[in-house]
Amino acid sequence: MKNEFKIIANLLPAQSRVLDVGCGDGTLIKALINEKDIDARGIELGENNVKECISRGLSVIQGNAETELGQFPDKAFDFVILSQTLQAFYQPENVLEQLLRIGHRVIISIPNFGYWQIRAKLLLTGKMPITKSLPYFWYDTPNLHMCSIKDFYQFCEKKKIKIDRIIGINGEKTSSIYKINLEMKNLLSEVGIFLVS
Amino acid sequence: MDYKIENTKQIIITKPLKLDCGQTIKDFPVAYETFGKLNEKKNNAILIFHALTGDQFVTGNNPITNKEGWWATAVGPGKAVDTNKYFIICANVLGGCMGTYGPKSNDKEKNEPYGLNFPVITIKDMVKAQENLLEHLGIDKLLSVLGGSMGGMQLLQFCASYPEKTFTAVPIASTASHNAQQIALNELARQAIMSDPLWNKGNYHQDKKVPKNGLAVARMAAHITYMSDKGLQEKFGRKLQEKKDYEFTFDADFQIESYLRHQGKVFVERFDANSYLYISRAMDYFDLSKQFKGGLSEAFQNHKAKFLIVSFTSDWLYPTKNSKEIVIALNASGVNVAFAEIKTDRGHDSFLLNEPEFLKTIKGFLDSNFEIFKNEK
Repeated sequence: MKNEFKIIANLLPAQSRVLDVGCGDGTLIKALINEKDIDARGIELGENNVKECISRGLSVIQGNAETELGQFPDKAFDFVILSQTLQAFYQPENVLEQLLRIGHRVIISIPNFGYWQIRAKLLLTGKMPITKSLPYFWYDTPNLHMCSIKDFYQFCEKKKIKIDRIIGINGEKTSSIYKINLEMKNLLSEVGIFLVS
Repeated sequence: MDYKIENTKQIIITKPLKLDCGQTIKDFPVAYETFGKLNEKKNNAILIFHALTGDQFVTGNNPITNKEGWWATAVGPGKAVDTNKYFIICANVLGGCMGTYGPKSNDKEKNEPYGLNFPVITIKDMVKAQENLLEHLGIDKLLSVLGGSMGGMQLLQFCASYPEKTFTAVPIASTASHNAQQIALNELARQAIMSDPLWNKGNYHQDKKVPKNGLAVARMAAHITYMSDKGLQEKFGRKLQEKKDYEFTFDADFQIESYLRHQGKVFVERFDANSYLYISRAMDYFDLSKQFKGGLSEAFQNHKAKFLIVSFTSDWLYPTKNSKEIVIALNASGVNVAFAEIKTDRGHDSFLLNEPEFLKTIKGFLDSNFEIFKNEK
């Protein structure tokens, strides 16, 4: 399981109720159920992923999170997870609003566009950066709304979304991010994980 | 037809059953079949509900038609629903014509078939009748309930009425309430039957002249709704039936005409016209949210079963929209639900056909949940 999932799993208390939005092949859900007895469910757009999840006994519904989160009641889950997908929605602001409505707390990870390698690539080559975590050309990328850790931090402040915790990931290394080290971590983290409520 | 329906497995339900229409019935037969073996812990039982024209002969040889059972693609040794592993139960529905109490049953007072004197039944009545089987077989809790189309409706009713009786539930290509189009199509079929002079207000059993033509037309119309536009076009297109050009008559020039006529013809050999009226009526009356005042989600409040809802992209009779309504209601009540829409051109009938992705999904769901259920019990 990738480092990001391990960190997310550590943030979740045992036996809580969790929804993984865009759960892929269900790797994270499966681990949460097996290792922490968490009531974990998922919603996923890709039909092959959905069938894979169901075959593994996971409660995953095929659907588009952009339009179909409305079916869940308010505060139906203790935690809602959105892993590196926020940037792919047409209206990330609306999706985030829904996530905060259906979950008591929300864990959002974002591929950090402020990471130094990305900045350097754009500066030196003058072209849209292609990296390990962002492996697409400008014309075939599903990512419509890229942002940096700093962007998302400021967005939460503006929207009065309470930030409980931020964790930066750089390869196998992780670190906590606060207002005081935001500039530095925004440069050094490939991925940022936000716990908000 | 050499097979005598009297030879089918039956139980006589002695407990009075109060029907939705107000009448009470008792001492009536429910015909059923089982496949596979019930294990010692009795935790491998699966109840299958059949569709409008189905029967208890799910797999293996159907003694009535001498053909394979209606769901042999999915159920059998080594199949997605593996009879080497699971114990399968399926009963003929109330109102049916394969040994369960229905309009073809003998009215002892008059010593003739009930015909239209048989009470109008509902999906809920069917489910109540079948629930007796579980007690008879000594099963407290099923591993799963499966059902496509009308089978899915019975399944949803079963889950709403007996929330503790199953560990998982798989409604396929189904709905929680018949809509105007679905009622309209059933009405078309009923009118076809009732406008056959031989139908004689349902009173056709004495002189053995049954309303075959009306029932065949009903089947032909229904059969069209089981296939998709694309599926029909690919299979038949404008192909002619064993001829080089039009014959300028009203015989079956086109293959599709010939195919539908054949479907109608074989159907009337095995099915009772009055049963078709009664069962299709039960489908039209089905509206689960009407039973639960607060709406569909109320039907599943605090339900503990795990659901898998399946729909097919090209099914226009019970489209994905109908399945999604069930998913939404289950999510709104916090029930554990999985949902998959299978891509196929084969329309509503897909659930009966060899659709590998569909069968794989069902198998994975059942097998993985059996492991969990075994440890729980």
